[in-house]
Amino acid sequence: MDFPEGLKYTEDHEWVLVENDIATIGITDFAQDQLGDVVFVELPEVGDTVEVGKTFGVVESVKAVSDVYAPVSGEVVEVNEELPDEPEALNNSPYEAGWMAKIKLTDTAALDGLMDVVAYQEFVAKD
Amino acid sequence: MMSTEGRGLILDEKLLFERSQPGRIGYSIANLDVPAIAPDSSMTRDEIAGFPELSEVDVVRHYTRLSTWNYGVDSGFYPLGSCTMKYNPKVNEAVARFPGFTDIHPQTPEALNQGALELMYNLQRDLCEISGFPAMTLQPAAGAQGELAGMLMIHAWHEAKGQKRHKVIIPDTAHGTNPASSALAGYEVITVASDGILSKEAVAAVMDDDVAALMVTNPNTLGLFEADIREICDLVHERGGLVYSDGANLNAMMGISRPGDLGIDVMHFNLHKTFSTPHGGGGPGSGPVGVAEKLKPFLPVPVVIKNADGYKLEYNCPESIGRLKSFHGHFGILVRAYSYILSMGGDGLKRATELAVLNANYIRARLEGEYDLPNKQRSLHEVVFSEDGLQNECHTLDVAKRLIDYGFHPPTIYFPLVVHGALMIEPTETESKQMIDEFCDALLMIAEEAKTTPELLKQAPVRAKVKRLDEATAARKPVLRWELE
Amino acid sequence: MRYLPHTDVEVQQMLDQIGVSSIDELFSGIPENCRLNRPLDLPAAKSESETLSFLRGLAEQNSKTSDWDSFLGGGAYNHFIPSAIDQLVSRSEFYTAYTPYQPEISQGTLQAIFEFQTLICQLTGMDVANASMYDGASACAEAVLLTIRAGKKRNKVLLSQALPPQYRETVATYSRYLNVDLIDVPLQKGVTDQAELKSLLDDQVAAVVVGYPNYFGQMEDLAAIAELTHASGARLVAAVAEPLALALYKSPGELGADVVVGEGQSFGIPLSYGGPGIGFFAVHKKDMRVLPGRLVGETVDQDGQRGFVLTLATREQHIRREKATSNICSNQGMCILMVGIYLALHGKQGLRQLAELNYAKAGYAKDQIGQLDGFTVPYSGESFNEFVITCSEPVATLKKRLEQQGILAGISLGRDYPDLENGLLICVTEQNSREQIDRLVAALAGGES
Repeated sequence: MDFPEGLKYTEDHEWVLVENDIATIGITDFAQDQLGDVVFVELPEVGDTVEVGKTFGVVESVKAVSDVYAPVSGEVVEVNEELPDEPEALNNSPYEAGWMAKIKLTDTAALDGLMDVVAYQEFVAKD
Repeated sequence: MMSTEGRGLILDEKLLFERSQPGRIGYSIANLDVPAIAPDSSMTRDEIAGFPELSEVDVVRHYTRLSTWNYGVDSGFYPLGSCTMKYNPKVNEAVARFPGFTDIHPQTPEALNQGALELMYNLQRDLCEISGFPAMTLQPAAGAQGELAGMLMIHAWHEAKGQKRHKVIIPDTAHGTNPASSALAGYEVITVASDGILSKEAVAAVMDDDVAALMVTNPNTLGLFEADIREICDLVHERGGLVYSDGANLNAMMGISRPGDLGIDVMHFNLHKTFSTPHGGGGPGSGPVGVAEKLKPFLPVPVVIKNADGYKLEYNCPESIGRLKSFHGHFGILVRAYSYILSMGGDGLKRATELAVLNANYIRARLEGEYDLPNKQRSLHEVVFSEDGLQNECHTLDVAKRLIDYGFHPPTIYFPLVVHGALMIEPTETESKQMIDEFCDALLMIAEEAKTTPELLKQAPVRAKVKRLDEATAARKPVLRWELE
Repeated sequence: MRYLPHTDVEVQQMLDQIGVSSIDELFSGIPENCRLNRPLDLPAAKSESETLSFLRGLAEQNSKTSDWDSFLGGGAYNHFIPSAIDQLVSRSEFYTAYTPYQPEISQGTLQAIFEFQTLICQLTGMDVANASMYDGASACAEAVLLTIRAGKKRNKVLLSQALPPQYRETVATYSRYLNVDLIDVPLQKGVTDQAELKSLLDDQVAAVVVGYPNYFGQMEDLAAIAELTHASGARLVAAVAEPLALALYKSPGELGADVVVGEGQSFGIPLSYGGPGIGFFAVHKKDMRVLPGRLVGETVDQDGQRGFVLTLATREQHIRREKATSNICSNQGMCILMVGIYLALHGKQGLRQLAELNYAKAGYAKDQIGQLDGFTVPYSGESFNEFVITCSEPVATLKKRLEQQGILAGISLGRDYPDLENGLLICVTEQNSREQIDRLVAALAGGES
């Protein structure tokens, strides 16, 4: 299982990469492993505003549906347009080809509540 | 000794459309005995592109070959938990085909179809006796439609009392139809955790003046009787709510306990489970609903009644939730269920329940120890094992697929959701000790194989028409119809 | 009891293995205050021969279509059923199986459903069809719910008054507590009034629902209705109670419908006093993921061999629970087979020929009755195998009079359409010979004029 350093993690198994005021979001390797083969992804639209803790997308495997909760608040500035046609990217490359959306942060305070890689690994081990 | 040896004859068969030959016909149509006329050509269509052209022989062979790729109750043991796959008696099929039942139009004046109405009336009466409810509707097409009818009646009852309530409490062991039906009836679903059996305290903790109803399944999907059901019903009633019971597991209660006597206000039956009508590859089922006196005015229309002139379909029910489907329920299925009740009688139904519970407990006794049993309480008609303890990363799915190689239909798997890797086994009463022993032997051998030769489980099934299918690709790139090239 | 295989010796062996002394002990989880302490009050068990003869007695009290000159339609149609159908659906590998949850041992059911989905798409002119609903009326109700789900906060639904009354009532039942505003669209000459429709359409309308053919047997101008509907951003639902018409007329898909639902009973399913029938449900690709019900898809197995599976299941109740697209858990498997076999036997040519035969027979009857004094055919538009007549004599009296001559003349329209107090809906199919039609005409003429 892959846990890249330099990312922030949530208890809902999303990862966040912050560069300046843009946060890139996806689901973790652990999350994709739990879901199994991902077959469908629903993403927000560019221009949507998202709020911490509210759902902003859906990931489906053959026999499960998972809401994806926004780890940060802000405006969606870009989504991974290729993902809906290649949902397997979430399984094969959750941290790179499988990114879901980029969000322009309105409030950086929420970032403080996220876990670093060490804390997330411990969290997963307990779960 | 169980074995996975043996040879079958599995014939290939293309799709209807791929077998088609231009100009071939399989029909015989009455001659035109009136003047030929044609509609305005601007409104008519071109030929139906891709529609098949086949002879009667082609079609008969096609479907005969398809049938051989299926496994039914008549092929062997089908212990699909929660589905009550009991034997489908042949006399039911024979009577359902009487022309006096098949060739009657739903709009025929009632006086001309008294036999059909009498049958429906009698079946209502018998189901009332079996369940303890004073009133019954035969309209719902299936269990899920029965749930919808029941929840709509509950909503209508609150509405008639001028009460606005928004929530329905459902235990986490419930079938998915329960929350889905509640949502369709306009309710928000509150899920309660149950530790095998639903406790009065768990209900009390969420029961408030905004709760319209509690929806339970009894016995629940773990095969456990909800022992506190009377107290729970009292509690819900005290707070102004009603109790819905999912009758999916009625096969564990006939002649032993009646939901209507326990304080339940409304319950649906699944005639295709408890009353032996065929499952038909997914339907048609039939989902009659029994209700307490206070819900009677809200029953869907039409209601079958008897008066001085005979039997009648009553539509004049001002408080009714309305119509659920085009006509009067799945009559053809009602005939089969009534035939079953006639054949069994009251004692026979009770004996069926006793033997169904005996069979399930016998399976439990034979497998417990080798398979993990998370709930140790006394279970009734079904038993649920978990995948914990399976060796070499073998999972429930692998056990299920390996059972196919041994010649059995797998149990329900991964349901209820509260059991890890659930293997839910419901044998029903129509299986002999011999058959059940063979099934248990197979499961014990599979547990052994998981230890010694796990690849046999991982590769299974090897004896079916196809091997494991790629469900991920099917969902990622859906191909839902044949296309003309 | 012949369905219960246990011998007394076996029961004892099983109890010993379980470690209890009696069957009663197995029920110890049921508290005493929940027990029924008396036998069920049901008639004693009957032998097989008694069951057969008792039920034959009830069957014989009913009026079979074959014993009458029957002109009843109105959503249930008396069509000839080829003998091959019952022979094939009686194969118990089909009817004693359940929903194909284990695809490796359910390929027969799955391929039959995949073929059914294809046949429905071809017939309706749509991209995707599901594995069936309970019947036409409930499929229509589910179609309305789909348009609400997909309609992004639009909550009005316009129902043509010529949509079959059972369909309108079922839509009302299903949407009773879902905050859907159902609005009737009035009629003009037996079809949906387009001017009225236009005035009712606004940006809150999720769907317009019309019958095709409608309850009066009339073929609606779907293309024009589709244009109006789409101009306001709503979806057009075409509900087809008599699908044989689709072999003759342009398909709803070709004319612009967004959802096509209907009843498949006409295709090889016995009347059976109105059920079971089968609902069909078809949409364009864009609505594939909001469909209710089961869907079968093609895939391959580990060896690359073609096979079929239930797919896109995350829409459904067993996974999405209260957020599912529907609570439905059935497909009408047995009826899927009947329809599939029927359509395969009739095929491209037969279905068209049969539709033309129905059209000609109904046209002949309509023409003959239209010439009688005391009767009018109020609607001049294109009709398929059903049409409306109005009578100068009260319909109830007229029907009674014809009943005495062995004729079931049709369905009274007065209850559902007060404007048509003396209206009668007459259906003529290939099962009605010219002699039967002539007898009907003569019997009608024989009354008060």
